[in-house]
Amino acid sequence: MAPTRNRRPGFSRRAQYGLFLSYVIAVALALVAAVLLALSALDPPAFAALRATVAEATTPISSGMAGMGRWFASIPSGIGSYIGVRDENERLKKQIADEHALIMRARALSYDNRRLMALLRLRERIDNPVVAARLVSSSASSTRRTAMLNAGFWQGVREGQPVRGPDGLIGRILETGPNTARVLLLADPDSKVPVRRTRDGLSAIVAGRGDGLLEITADTASANFQPGDMFVTTGAGGIYAPGVPVARVVGLTHDGALARGFAQASSLDWALVQHAFMPQPAQGAPLP
Amino acid sequence: MAHARNPFDPAPPRIGVRLVPWLSVMAGSMLTLWPYIATFPILPPCGLMMLLGWRLMRPEVFRIWAPLPLGLFDDLLSGQPLGSAMLTWTLCFFAIDMIDQRTVFRDFWQDWLLAGGSIGFCLLAGRYFASPFGAHVDTVLLLQAVISILLFPVAARICGWLDRRREGK
Repeated sequence: MAPTRNRRPGFSRRAQYGLFLSYVIAVALALVAAVLLALSALDPPAFAALRATVAEATTPISSGMAGMGRWFASIPSGIGSYIGVRDENERLKKQIADEHALIMRARALSYDNRRLMALLRLRERIDNPVVAARLVSSSASSTRRTAMLNAGFWQGVREGQPVRGPDGLIGRILETGPNTARVLLLADPDSKVPVRRTRDGLSAIVAGRGDGLLEITADTASANFQPGDMFVTTGAGGIYAPGVPVARVVGLTHDGALARGFAQASSLDWALVQHAFMPQPAQGAPLP
Repeated sequence: MAHARNPFDPAPPRIGVRLVPWLSVMAGSMLTLWPYIATFPILPPCGLMMLLGWRLMRPEVFRIWAPLPLGLFDDLLSGQPLGSAMLTWTLCFFAIDMIDQRTVFRDFWQDWLLAGGSIGFCLLAGRYFASPFGAHVDTVLLLQAVISILLFPVAARICGWLDRRREGK
């Protein structure tokens, strides 16, 4: 079909001015959009309140859909466990008997450990989690890697707090709303986490690449990365508590290593929000 | 493009009927609420695809400024910096409007080409607005663009189906 080539909407002055005005509005608003874009590039948290308001309305939708997904996913395993319950019972009884000795030994070790720690006057930081919540959706169409958490500042979540899953570090809180929070995932190109290697304590930085993998760079030339090297957080920087598993090396690059995160964040698992390891002093607080 | 209503034209459609294109574009933007934690950008920009589907099939359903509020809604959901979809979608509308003035002949292949160019432009511009230049997202971005362009006929079919329902045929 040939499109109409005539821009004039007839002889009506009103219609002509209306059409002209719509173009003026469009150009003006496009300029406003460019200014908004520049503002959000210079100051990323600028429109966090606006986003949080929308998220407040949309997160229950994601959360409900995730709940339904979990319910359907639980049906096959429910049927399977019902059928296999007798065998499982026998197996578990045998396992308890087998592991009894091991548990007694572990209890003794734990008691010794506590006693020796007290002897050394080491004070362990008690890290009560802030809240356990689920990640319900993510920025699947964007090159940023963020996810929505189903808990916000009414539940005690604050910006900068680390988020971990059952297997390892997931990321940190970027923006909070009343009942929702946006989490910057480890794989985001802006995410950087100080880590150390478990086998020799080599300190390095894990940065997101944006394509699901992580990049590890060490500050020494003789890092000698090997596939399979494991990295945990150091506690440097004051956000992430030390000792949380972060990533495992899967390949080498010319000046570092490629790694994959331990925590594969999914909407089926819980995410644990923890207090920042060493919270920053409040702005405006008098410095000594 | 809006035309003045002739006194002999049929009555303008009801408000619910006029809202269908807007709601379908917003529904496309809301696909990102699907409960899945993506490790790389895999979801096509469905809001943009619906918008282009409507724009190329029925130029009169959207005013020239329509991509701004729709882009704002998309920005608030997608996690992109605020203003990126607003700006790029509007620029696409301007470009399509200019091409509309110059083409004599139009078929679906041309629509697909226009939509492909627009989708590629919006994804690429969004990538540079959102992520630092050194981020390793270009391969997956290319994949996302190819998937989106190949899926555009589906969006166009959905728009056509909604349009038929809208007109009560």
